[in-house]
Amino acid sequence: MTSSITNAQNGVVETTAVPAQVGNETREATAAETPLKRAQPMRRGRSKGRSRFLLATYLIFLLLPIYWLLNMSFQTNSEILGSFSLWPQEFTTANYMRIFTDSSWYMGYVNSMSYVLMNMLISISVALPAAYAFSRFRFIGDKHLFFWLLTNLMAPPAVFLLPYFQLYYSVGLFDTHIAVALAHCLFNIPLAIWILEGFMSSVPKEVDETAYIDGYSFPAFFVKIFIPMIRSGIGVTLFFLFMFSWVELLLARTLTATNAQPIGMIMTRTSTASGIDWGTLAAAGVLTILPGIVVVYFVRNHIAKGFALGRT
Amino acid sequence: MNKVHNNKAWFLILPMLLLVAFSAIIPLMTVVNYSVQDVFDSNTRFFTGTEWFETMLNNPTLQAALLRQFAFSFTILAIQVPLGIGIALLMPKRGWQASAVLILITLPLLIPWNVVGSIWQIFTRGDIGLMGVSLRELGYNYNITRSPVDAWFTIILMDVWHWTPLIALLCYSGLRSIPEAYYQAARIDRASKWAVFRYIQLPKLTNVLVIGILLRFMHSFMIYAEPFVLTGGGPGSSTTFLSQSLTTMAIGQQDLGPSAAFSLIYFLIILLVCWVFYTAIMNMQKDDQRGGV
Repeated sequence: MTSSITNAQNGVVETTAVPAQVGNETREATAAETPLKRAQPMRRGRSKGRSRFLLATYLIFLLLPIYWLLNMSFQTNSEILGSFSLWPQEFTTANYMRIFTDSSWYMGYVNSMSYVLMNMLISISVALPAAYAFSRFRFIGDKHLFFWLLTNLMAPPAVFLLPYFQLYYSVGLFDTHIAVALAHCLFNIPLAIWILEGFMSSVPKEVDETAYIDGYSFPAFFVKIFIPMIRSGIGVTLFFLFMFSWVELLLARTLTATNAQPIGMIMTRTSTASGIDWGTLAAAGVLTILPGIVVVYFVRNHIAKGFALGRT
Repeated sequence: MNKVHNNKAWFLILPMLLLVAFSAIIPLMTVVNYSVQDVFDSNTRFFTGTEWFETMLNNPTLQAALLRQFAFSFTILAIQVPLGIGIALLMPKRGWQASAVLILITLPLLIPWNVVGSIWQIFTRGDIGLMGVSLRELGYNYNITRSPVDAWFTIILMDVWHWTPLIALLCYSGLRSIPEAYYQAARIDRASKWAVFRYIQLPKLTNVLVIGILLRFMHSFMIYAEPFVLTGGGPGSSTTFLSQSLTTMAIGQQDLGPSAAFSLIYFLIILLVCWVFYTAIMNMQKDDQRGGV
């Protein structure tokens, strides 16, 4: 990579004898590209069309299963089982009404949202100082500690199923939202530290030093200066925390019985002895996708950079 | 960055450490405790040493599940990584299309895992599913509850649908960080598209790709909810992966000792792979610093 760039830049310098200043080079390069563009307009247009087509194909593959779910959620069970139709023939919202009017259904969403929000709050508040420590200081055991944290990210939830059940049962937290929120800390705190550490390390240390010289105490500096500086990093971290807590079911299911049951577990109720209630299952599925759309809409401008986790 | 040596940093770590210790160390010690004992009831227990570990390592069901697990993880990596890079290269770079494509591509990542299973169950059923019915209309007798090949194909397709976006988004953000001047230089060189990819884009992607492969490997190794909902591990046990074998043993049969030993073996395998990746990342960063890129 480097050699190719250097060659290219040398090329510019040799042929046009422009002094090696970045601004000039860029301007020169833009000028040089124009004849090339003019030379091959056909090929360029065709390859752009082809890449649009490939992307569209992928997006259709992506959306088709979701469309099918949406389609079913607006159909009655007799239509789903009786006739095969690409769109609802008798459009009905009865499936959604069933969920919105039955408290045992919609409480599932409330339960899921409450433990996800609790977990996000707990994780981010303990991860911020910890990530700062990892990004700024060397201390006894720092590397080992960081590695140990990452290993928690890799622990299969299935391994912790039984001990979690016994642990939370014995401390009287079984079937509460906070139990699930704490259990999800197992992988969410390490994840948050890992992501935040990347963003924090990209803030130059001179910022800290200047603030201390200006007379800021550590807490004041951290809250008033540092946190606003890594705002987008925190947004991306919250996005990931939401994502992994919202989609996890195994632990959430094991640690709850009735009062804090997640929506994913309640959905299994649609399969009864008389068959599966497809319409309600589909409607409930569609409703679990909506919070994700809202969250991703908020962070859409940061995703492009944020997914690199501050590490490009 | 030059870090200051200061052991007071431990105070910043402490709250996090207490929480993670509560949810990681105590449960893990419970597992270790069970793995070396034979528990009859709360008062009667015997120390068994490594007996459970030997039993588990020689258990043919688990060996088969482990092999399936590796086959699954490597297959999806082999498909998702090239596909993800390809999609990242195709994604529009600016304008409203860029936002729209980003939101659409992120969508599968935010669907609860059991719902992903349900979506694909509805999509692939032979009587009501779009894909199931279409394949049957085309003359292929598609049935994921009967044919292991169909079940495998569907589970891999589902995982590709579900997780390729992660690789694509990681690569996309990696690509966005390449300065425009690099491409201009390549154009002056009349570099081919392949050369641009090989010498400009791919090197910039290595960091994010390592993260992506690491995340994908470990999540695919823990996969539970999606195949459980879609195929229930069948037909037979052809799509029963490690997590499912473990939960059946621990919750279903209440075999505390053997399942604890199995848990530890399972965890150690992931840990080993994780360590290899971690060392790889660290070495790569060292090389970066030395090379000054």
